[in-house]
Amino acid sequence: MLEVKNLHANINGKEILKGINLEIKAGEVHAIMGPNGSGKSTLASIIAGKEEFEVTEGSVVLNGEDLADFAPEKRAHKGVFLSFQYPIEIPGVTVTNFIKTAINEKRKANGLEELPAKEMLHLIREKADLLEIDRKFLSRSLNEGFSGGEKKRNEIFQMAMLEPQLAILDETDSGLDIDALKVVATGVNKLKNEKNAVLLITHYQRLLDYIIPDFVHVLYNGKIVKSGGKELAYELEEKGYDWLK
Amino acid sequence: MELKEKLVSSFLAFENKGNIDLDSPVHAIRLKAIQNFEKEGFPTKKDEEWKYTSLKPILKEDFILFPNTEKSVGYKNIKDYLINDIDSYTLIFIDGEFNSFLSETTHDECDICVLSSALARPKYKMVIDNYLNTIANKKNSLSELNTAFVKEGAFINIPKNTIVPKPIQIINFSTGSEKEVLLQPRNLIVVGENSYVQVIERHQNLSKNTTLTNSVTEIFVNKRAIVDYYKIQNDTDESSLIDSTFISQKQQSVASVNTFSFGGKMTRNNLEFYHEGEHITSNLNGITILNNKQHVDNHTLVDHKSPNCESHESYKGIYADKSVGVFNGKVIVRQAAQKTNAFQQNNSILIDDGAAINSKPQLEIFADDVKCSHGCTIGQLDESALFYMQSRGIPKQEAKALLLYAFGNDVVEKIKIPQLKTLISKLIAKKLNVQLGFDL
Repeated sequence: MLEVKNLHANINGKEILKGINLEIKAGEVHAIMGPNGSGKSTLASIIAGKEEFEVTEGSVVLNGEDLADFAPEKRAHKGVFLSFQYPIEIPGVTVTNFIKTAINEKRKANGLEELPAKEMLHLIREKADLLEIDRKFLSRSLNEGFSGGEKKRNEIFQMAMLEPQLAILDETDSGLDIDALKVVATGVNKLKNEKNAVLLITHYQRLLDYIIPDFVHVLYNGKIVKSGGKELAYELEEKGYDWLK
Repeated sequence: MELKEKLVSSFLAFENKGNIDLDSPVHAIRLKAIQNFEKEGFPTKKDEEWKYTSLKPILKEDFILFPNTEKSVGYKNIKDYLINDIDSYTLIFIDGEFNSFLSETTHDECDICVLSSALARPKYKMVIDNYLNTIANKKNSLSELNTAFVKEGAFINIPKNTIVPKPIQIINFSTGSEKEVLLQPRNLIVVGENSYVQVIERHQNLSKNTTLTNSVTEIFVNKRAIVDYYKIQNDTDESSLIDSTFISQKQQSVASVNTFSFGGKMTRNNLEFYHEGEHITSNLNGITILNNKQHVDNHTLVDHKSPNCESHESYKGIYADKSVGVFNGKVIVRQAAQKTNAFQQNNSILIDDGAAINSKPQLEIFADDVKCSHGCTIGQLDESALFYMQSRGIPKQEAKALLLYAFGNDVVEKIKIPQLKTLISKLIAKKLNVQLGFDL
């Protein structure tokens, strides 16, 4: 589904990604681990289309389409979802209104009519229940005053509503206590199926106990230096990143 | 002839036309005012209070001071500017003349009618003598100019213990029957103890001709009374407005003025609150959204004279293209005003390189047991917030608009009349050029 070939990328003239190769097939869960500054979040942002980064070489192809010239919203319409490490607060726009706007924009882009209010409400309630989200939460301003755990849960709620093909979860576990982590992981597990794929970006092995990866890659200094199965995560936990140098 | 000379020399003719009783106190007020205006003239950029707003380009027009309304104006011409889905009292003025056919006044329980009537009838003499021009700032030459020609506007006199059941809409229309017109409406609002009134005011030019409106409003809020005042400033590109509003509050009263500035070529708001008593609350809120070469200047003053009072001020601005905003918020806390809480915020977003905001918070604090703060932020749209929304499939244009809408939202939330809240939200959405995908 996703093919990243020899991806090189800069920001402000500094090269962060130095030739990334990655292939993700439908139904798979991949994890990318690595020390701070290795380029993990950069990779996530580039796949999602963040315009501050400059791709100098290589490509990102989703379902056979090169994403190069697609704006972030277009990539979202094609099925890419990025769960942010630091979700943004938007006071004055409620969780409900935000997600309604997002869903209808996606439908519009794909030639569909807006979802009727009754169905939209039903869908919102269904997904909120799936993630054990209190109804009151839905009428609050997006992320305003939310705890770290609530923000991350709201990210997964949006993911549940938008049903992406490729969900990239950028450090979804950071700032979460074990209970919040379990709820988020349960949500992700309920959402994944053989038609979509998940790319987990994480520092710590702990998340991978709950969302079991099919493949683990280690990103170091802008390159993927080692790939393996889920055991690789345990090795890293034991030996640290210095082991790879 | 320069405008100032023209105005001074037309004073005599003006008074003669109205068959003025030379012994009446109103004549004395007018005479003093024209003398003051003659002495001071129009403010220039050398004046500290007018440093960022120049009247020069406007004053060079050849204004007609006493327009003839020959055009007949019907309900269909004005209905778009009324808030139609609420039951309200309406005071409609066309080119400075009251139009009783289109208006709805009352004398049941309270007086919601017109100043010309109040100036003429003995029944109102005491109110006029006690209140007219008693709080207007006489150092403000534009207010003096308005006073010199005081003739017509809203007269709202609420006795004590009265909750006015419907909001009052005051709308001044100009029909452009002349090429350049100067209008000077004057509003006098007296609210008795324990009473409550809501007022919505706007000015609208129905033509493509040039209009300058120099408006003065005096509001007296007695003990424990509450006034909610809303100003909608969304006029045409050929219209300029100088609005001076003076509010005097007695103990335990609450006065809120919410100003929405989306249109007009040049708008200058002078908003001044004077406290006479303890436990008074003054609320000043504003949203300004400008584009092209529009210019809005908000000059505010809260004069805390007594202890235990509060003021809350929040002005937000969004400036696109080459528009210019000016904010000068003055808070004076006099020595006796201990335990004052005065909070002021001015937040602006500049969308384009050519836009500008001149923001000057001014706090003069002479008491030592007070809580006063002022905050001023000027910035651009948060790129990471935009990316967040785009990553959810919301196109950049809509994402920008949503963020801008959210920026002004807390001021909109303060509107207590639901239909007005909806109208303002729609005007904001329209000004930001987007369809918001959800109900407001």
